[in-house]
Amino acid sequence: MYNKGKIITGLVIFVLFFASPFLYGLVKSGPPPEPELSPKAKEAKLCVEAKEHMVESHMQMLNEWRDEAVRNGKRIYVATNGKEYTVSLQNTCMECHNNKSKFCDQCHNYAGVSPYCWECHIEPKEK
Amino acid sequence: MERSRRRFLKILGISTLGLGTISSVDLMAMVGTGEPTYNPTPEGLVGKRWALVVDVNKLDEETTQKAIEACHRVHNVPDYDGHEEEIKWIWTDKYEHVFPGQEHAYLAEEIEEKPFLVLCNHCANPPCCRVCPTKATWQREDGIVMMDQHRCIGCRYCMAGCPFGARSFNWRDAKNTYWKENEPPNPTYPVRGKGVVEKCNLCTERLAVGQIPACVEAVKDTKAIVFGDLEDPNSEVRKLLHEHFTIRRKPELGTNPNVYYIV
Repeated sequence: MYNKGKIITGLVIFVLFFASPFLYGLVKSGPPPEPELSPKAKEAKLCVEAKEHMVESHMQMLNEWRDEAVRNGKRIYVATNGKEYTVSLQNTCMECHNNKSKFCDQCHNYAGVSPYCWECHIEPKEK
Repeated sequence: MERSRRRFLKILGISTLGLGTISSVDLMAMVGTGEPTYNPTPEGLVGKRWALVVDVNKLDEETTQKAIEACHRVHNVPDYDGHEEEIKWIWTDKYEHVFPGQEHAYLAEEIEEKPFLVLCNHCANPPCCRVCPTKATWQREDGIVMMDQHRCIGCRYCMAGCPFGARSFNWRDAKNTYWKENEPPNPTYPVRGKGVVEKCNLCTERLAVGQIPACVEAVKDTKAIVFGDLEDPNSEVRKLLHEHFTIRRKPELGTNPNVYYIV
């Protein structure tokens, strides 16, 4: 192969250049942040469903809650374990998780998602 | 033990009967596992066709303002004070605007100058719902014309469709302009973002916890606004409609309003 050195260096530079945003992201973002539980949430021990389920599917659940409360007028959620909760982001979720910046925003910022919940729903004032 | 055909059929019949009476929902409630379910609140007010009767004679300037303030405060309706971008769920207007076609040159001064309390009529045949392309506004089974702010795309067809001007568009982001400057918002109720339409929801969220609408409660001692179910012959609204001559706004349009006025 002619100009072996030049071609390979060129290829390496090319690949590095195009992968640079990804590499930069990897270095900059670091490990995912751990959502911080407020004292109240810690005390409760259990969210409306199991922790794994909440981490994975809280967005689907919130959509479901929204539809059931607003459109179907069903404002009581009977959890898998039979316990009842009021279907409300502002009055139920945020009552316990009253630290939005540490509990919600951290992860959302890390994942680059910007849910529009907070355009209208009022988060509790953080101390 | 030998099982006869007769015995087998007996057991089969009995067990089918047993299974039939215990519905799967009851079973789940008993065991407490399985899929989560959603239920209406037990203390919620249930009706077939909610209506309001407004007794104009009992409403003076002060009580009117009290009703408006109660509503706008509880729903975080921003106060832009007569501005062209104003938001209103319940407001006042003059007789000639509220009942157009009914006015004449020799109207009693008292009626002519009186502030008439107006709000969404929760029409039985709502034109706003017919024109909404996303079903963001729709009629509930209890007659309330409801808004789903999550689904509103801000096309404002409903505002064009409503003959009563009961709908307001959010030109501004209300997040930082709650009910009044320097006054904290009601933390239990959301605000509305820029680009959605809003209106009176007949306090759906209050009915769900067994409370009457905020405007009705605010003027409760005067009984100037009465709330009740039209389909219930023993309800207070039906009694009032039976005893008094009442009118509705623009009945000729056929929207069948559910807010009645004793003039």
